[in-house]
Amino acid sequence: MATYIHALYNDDDRLIDGAKKVREQGFSIKEVFSPFPVHGIDKVMGLKRTRISICCFIYGCTGFSLAFWMIWYMLIKDWPIDIGGKPNFTWYHNIPSWIPVLFEATIFCSAHGMALTLLFRSWLFPGVTPKNPDPRTTDDHFLMVLPAHSEEDELKLIATANATGAVEVKKVHL
Amino acid sequence: MNYYTFSGRTKNFTFALMGIGVIALLYGLFNGEISGARFWANILLEGLFFSFIALGAVFFMSLQYVAQAGWSVLVKRVYEAIGTFMPFGLLAIFIVLVASIIGGMAGHNDIVYRWMQKGVTDPSSPVYDEMVVKKSMWLNIPFVLIRTIVITSVWIYMGMVMRKRSIEMDLTNDFLPLHYKNMMTAAVYIVFFGITEQFMAWDWVMAIDYNWHSTLFGWYLFDDMWLTSVVVTILLTLYLKRKGLLQNVNSDHIHNLGLWMFALSVLWTYLWFWQFMLYWYTNIPDEVVFFQPRIDHYRWLFWIMMMVNLLFPLIGLMTRDTKRNPMFLAIIGSTIMVTHWIDAYIWVMPGSVGTGWHIGFLEIGLLAGFTGLFLFVVLSSLAKAPIQVKNHPYLEESLHHHF
Repeated sequence: MATYIHALYNDDDRLIDGAKKVREQGFSIKEVFSPFPVHGIDKVMGLKRTRISICCFIYGCTGFSLAFWMIWYMLIKDWPIDIGGKPNFTWYHNIPSWIPVLFEATIFCSAHGMALTLLFRSWLFPGVTPKNPDPRTTDDHFLMVLPAHSEEDELKLIATANATGAVEVKKVHL
Repeated sequence: MNYYTFSGRTKNFTFALMGIGVIALLYGLFNGEISGARFWANILLEGLFFSFIALGAVFFMSLQYVAQAGWSVLVKRVYEAIGTFMPFGLLAIFIVLVASIIGGMAGHNDIVYRWMQKGVTDPSSPVYDEMVVKKSMWLNIPFVLIRTIVITSVWIYMGMVMRKRSIEMDLTNDFLPLHYKNMMTAAVYIVFFGITEQFMAWDWVMAIDYNWHSTLFGWYLFDDMWLTSVVVTILLTLYLKRKGLLQNVNSDHIHNLGLWMFALSVLWTYLWFWQFMLYWYTNIPDEVVFFQPRIDHYRWLFWIMMMVNLLFPLIGLMTRDTKRNPMFLAIIGSTIMVTHWIDAYIWVMPGSVGTGWHIGFLEIGLLAGFTGLFLFVVLSSLAKAPIQVKNHPYLEESLHHHF
């Protein structure tokens, strides 16, 4: 059975301060729940850099290639249509009018791909039980989950949380 | 050490650049160039390029006030100092306007603003142009002069007032009222500038190709001002950091400025392409008159300028690390400054100099001269105030800026 300390803050600066103090003492932070993205918290928690930008690049390339192929197939290979007298028997002659399509498709695929990846990675689907331990973190509180491995650690963590201005400190057994 | 000292060596460097400019001016004067469009078009080009940097800086400053942005407080003095060049650049533009008027009245045809030629509205004259007659409600000499004088004086006045108050803020403990006053001025300035900049873009740049009109061109110039001022802010900040000043500016501040550079470069390309694609698609004579001479006679400059302005920032600044790397930012920043100068060259030259253009001593010399003057003015005003703001409601926020 693992023991966790839940430290609840009502200010994001105090939360960052608390997280810093906890990390300075060599403890790890399991998770932080917050109603909005707190700038700099990822650095303090020691999280690895997000890989979502790599995903974004891959999705963007996919969208670009799909649009490229779609334009070529629909408007050049399968059925060339004379639109406003613009040359349409080769891809490169009509390039200015293809660029908006390429742009839109690239953005479309990267944005939707990223959103879906994020939802999938955080396991956020309709009907999923929320992992959030305290509903107040969806309103105006910030919660830090600190794993404690011994009695001594527990006391230290509780002391640090109280010293950095936590409004509520709880011991939780899971 | 909170003051920048404009050292003798740097001063001499700017004087040397100015000296090259003076030699170029004299060369143009005694070479007979002065009676042609090329000489004046070059002064106009430098005036536009450098006053746009200053105008963009004052706009950027107002934007920071109105948005109540905290991060930028540490680099505030830098863009304030850039804004002080405004009157000098605008004066150069005004001189070219006056020279064109005098040239037109004297019956010269080889002037920068061809719509000012004598007899252009007279049907019996060989230079008669129906377009100018139709546009004469807006494009007539007294009206152009009046609005140029009124609008630019308001810009200069408001820019000076905001800088003066900002410096006063450092000297008093009761600085909040001054800050709020500046916020109000900045809000008025943004609205006023957003509208009047369009008029000036039409009068100063669009009127060179007077057969052409575009409602988007003003925004294109607007973005150019904004971008070049941000790039100069970055370059100056990096320079000052190398000098050991602005030590509190960390890589997150630089990152933010790099983000501006990236975003505005993409916006620049967006506006450029928007105009180009629609013109290409509709193929209306009124509109393609802008791109035709540029693509036919300025082909390599035109395409290289466009590709560099798009691809350098887009590829170079896409990742986070390059936006925090001073060396990388400096290289990309100075490259796109050069290509934006070429961009300005292509605004001015096709309508005034035409097909017989070449970049010779006059162009390079005047560019060097104006660069020297610009650096001299900006660095002198930088030396006049503490480089890091002492009193500002968001100073603490800027010192702790991180993300």
